[in-house]
Amino acid sequence: MKDRPVAQDGIQSQRSHGRIEPDDARRTCAAGLLMTAKLPSRIVIRSLRRVLLTAMALLGTANVLLAESTSIFDTASYNSEKISEIFLLVLAITGLIFVLVFSAIAVFVVRFRARRSETEDEPEPPQIYGSWPIEIAWTIAPLLIIFVLFLVVVRSVNEQRPTQAPGDAVQVRVIGNQWWWSFEYPELGFITANELHVPLDDTEDPSSVFMQLESADVAHSFWVPRLAGKTDLIPNRINTMWFTPNETGVYYGQCAEYCGTQHSKMLLRVIVETPSEFAAWVENEKKPAVNDPAVADGRALFLEHSCASCHTIRGTNARGTFGPDLTHLMSRQTIGAGAAENNHDNLITWITNPHVFKTGCYMPEMKLTAENVKTVVSYLETLR
Amino acid sequence: MEADAYTALPNRRPATAVAHDWVTTVDHKQIGILYIVASCFFLTLGGLEALLMRLQLWMPDLEIVSPQTFNQLFTMHGTTMIFFVVMPVEAGMANYLVPLMIGARDMAFPRLNAFGFWMFLFGGFLLYFSYFGAMGLYGAGSAPDIGWYAYAPLTSPAFSRGNSTDYWLLGTMISGVGSVSFAVNMIATIITMRAPGMRLSMMPLFAWMILVTSGLIVFAFPPFTAAEIMMLFDRHLGAHFFDTQAGGDGLLWQHLFWFFGHPEVYILALPAFGIVSEVIPVFSRKVIFGYASMVAATVSIGFIAMGVWAHHMFTVGMSSTIDLFFSAATFLIAVPTGIKMFNWTATLYGGRIRLTVPMLFSLGFLSLFLIGGLTGIMLAIVPMDWQLSDSYFLIGHFHFVAFGGIFFAVMSAYYYWYPKAIGRKMNRKLGLWHFWLQFIGFNLTFIPMHFSGILGMPRRVYTYKAGVGLEFWNQVTTVGAIITGISLLFFIVNLWYSYFYGEEAGDDPWNAWTLEWATTSPPPAYNFEELPVVKSRRPLWDLKHPDDPDWKHE
Ligand code: HEM
Ligand SMILES: [Cu+2]
Repeated sequence: MKDRPVAQDGIQSQRSHGRIEPDDARRTCAAGLLMTAKLPSRIVIRSLRRVLLTAMALLGTANVLLAESTSIFDTASYNSEKISEIFLLVLAITGLIFVLVFSAIAVFVVRFRARRSETEDEPEPPQIYGSWPIEIAWTIAPLLIIFVLFLVVVRSVNEQRPTQAPGDAVQVRVIGNQWWWSFEYPELGFITANELHVPLDDTEDPSSVFMQLESADVAHSFWVPRLAGKTDLIPNRINTMWFTPNETGVYYGQCAEYCGTQHSKMLLRVIVETPSEFAAWVENEKKPAVNDPAVADGRALFLEHSCASCHTIRGTNARGTFGPDLTHLMSRQTIGAGAAENNHDNLITWITNPHVFKTGCYMPEMKLTAENVKTVVSYLETLR
Repeated sequence: MEADAYTALPNRRPATAVAHDWVTTVDHKQIGILYIVASCFFLTLGGLEALLMRLQLWMPDLEIVSPQTFNQLFTMHGTTMIFFVVMPVEAGMANYLVPLMIGARDMAFPRLNAFGFWMFLFGGFLLYFSYFGAMGLYGAGSAPDIGWYAYAPLTSPAFSRGNSTDYWLLGTMISGVGSVSFAVNMIATIITMRAPGMRLSMMPLFAWMILVTSGLIVFAFPPFTAAEIMMLFDRHLGAHFFDTQAGGDGLLWQHLFWFFGHPEVYILALPAFGIVSEVIPVFSRKVIFGYASMVAATVSIGFIAMGVWAHHMFTVGMSSTIDLFFSAATFLIAVPTGIKMFNWTATLYGGRIRLTVPMLFSLGFLSLFLIGGLTGIMLAIVPMDWQLSDSYFLIGHFHFVAFGGIFFAVMSAYYYWYPKAIGRKMNRKLGLWHFWLQFIGFNLTFIPMHFSGILGMPRRVYTYKAGVGLEFWNQVTTVGAIITGISLLFFIVNLWYSYFYGEEAGDDPWNAWTLEWATTSPPPAYNFEELPVVKSRRPLWDLKHPDDPDWKHE
């Protein structure tokens, strides 16, 4: 862990790119007033959203009721909420344009349709070559619309951009790997994988999770639709993003940038907990791995075999970083980045042949006897 | 008697001689048809790949194809559709039509024209040869699995072994050489070979849009070729441009790729705009509304299109300033595009609209492209893009543009100009079946994709999460894809059937106005016996309405 730069450096270097602080932007932007003005139609938007959600529910995609929803409209954070508000505003504007233009087309086609009885020889309709006033009008009208939309964009980009982490934010360093996630809590001093625990926001300050995103191999993208938009993880680059969850629960996401064979199963889940639950989890994660003499055989097997060259188990000689950190494996709900539930049978299958759950993944078959696999798994199962 | 035997001779020539004719031809019309036939061939392949993907996505956790195969399918599908279906079919139509429309005998460089076609075809074959030879000695053949935009470093030697990526690079690069030859030739032809009297401002809009398209090709393809060569250097000569493991820059590829890739979208779209700009006026019996603003819009689209590439990269972590710049530029392109939409719509107003099959396809274009354009605006809103890009919403959006817009326009062109090229009209009944099935199938396929995207389904996944409402939308999509596939069978049957049994067309079956209708159907090798005087944008209108010719109004 020591050889990795700590998160603050990364954030520092991001800041030196000269990101605009929201307040600066507001002050300097000519249209600052317009931007900060509360949208007058907030109430309209709220009710529109309700209508839309109901509509989607009726269409059989009711996610409000589904615990495992991944709909971007089932917002569970400040950030995704902001985006879905813009979405509805834009949907209203574009919807209006669509209705206008489409009905013009439809009405013209119906109204000016040649009657069947008419023959080719009938006189041509009057020729209209164009009209400057009209053409200029429909150049200017879209210009005005896009100007307004642009102000919306400026405002929300400035608001949503990671600038710096407020003191009380939880810092996470996310590293994308083919095809799993590593989550490091640099301030808390431990690493976990594939399942990100974060506390519920307990203040009004909108930045409770601040992430630094990196990649170990190819480009990936971090996307948990209910919590925030996606941000890519690009090799040799440090990206940042933040979100403020405002509802406890488990939120599902996955890699959103094609990254090779098992891009589809590069899943992740974010577990949003109350601050006390989170603190308890952190306490447990901080500890080195359990060393239960009852499973010493399994432990020995793990360390003797090449498992140790790819996986870390803190408190042992296993220091590999090619695969996920297994120190507290049993605190996770799934194995293989969401490929399978984390239970006894699946662990046995996984170690016998990981490709059963995840064809093409980079963990090899371990070539252990069935007996040895059981012994290793009984050790793994103590890693709470 | 002897004369009859002589004229009948061409039909009786042995197949080898006919083939020899086609292979060695330098006639722009024959080359045009070659392009179009080749694109039909690739359409079949690209379509089958799409269907296979949709079958795999029928339900969560199916394994009809392996993840690896699925990745190859979307890579080949995307690459094929863009480079080997839509580009060549439009290039073929431009090849066939532009010289006729501007009253020229042939292209400026007929042999370069043939060269361009054969390069394109060779590129396509090379790409598909990967199915047999890509992994070489390592194992069974395999196609590239890097996505149609081949992001580095997934394409670097460390992550893409074997030669499948090389096939992709060489295939697209070689066909790109063909495209540049085509574009240079088009520009030269349009600038220098217009009929006497035809000023640029009198050119049919289709020719205008091909001119701007060609300009875009000339600006966009060489950087792309350069980037591909750089990538080949990385892969074979140990260079490290994009090789991130050695400190190279993955984002550099993204910039270079989209610097080509975004204009490419307009390279595909502008000819389609050109097609509907010809079809809608004729079947509304109206002159196009706002010719000048149409041309201005086209040219400004050409310019702005070169400056919006990074809107494909809002999630890569560029600075706010850059994101906002590209967002603004993208919004800006909505203005000329809007002008076009409004002008087409206004052309319908007060007309005498004949709902022929080509007109139906053009109207289909209008309504579907409208939706594609509006969802495009949504994606230009940076924070919305963070949610929607690389999701099925995006797939829905660009299929509305590429299939709903561009492909419907191409279909319109088939039905509209087939009589010119073949001498017979395409069958209306089959055409109606084709149109309605394609329209329904299309909407069933691509509207639901917006919903699956909103429900959190990323693109390029061979399976998806069960129990969150995705099954329903994916199944609708798959049913739609099958219907769309069936609609294309009607099209193929129609092409074949009408060739033999179609109604005789005559020279000018639609009572149209541009010069290609002033010659016989099909046109003779030398195109025109005699050209009408060109004094306006609609020379045949002037001929048909000597009392009120166009040039009085322009
Ligand atoms: C008997 C020895 C091994 C055991 C017991 C073991 C166990 C595991 C377990 C339980 C997981 C799931 C972790 C999680 O998702 O949280 C996993 C994933 C993984 N392991 Fe191992 N492992 C062993 C050997 C190896 C070796 C030798 C390698 C390196 C070549 C390796 C590479 C990986 C990788 C890359 C993953 C992530 C797979 C993915 O999700 O795509 N493992 N391993
Ligand atoms: Cu990934």
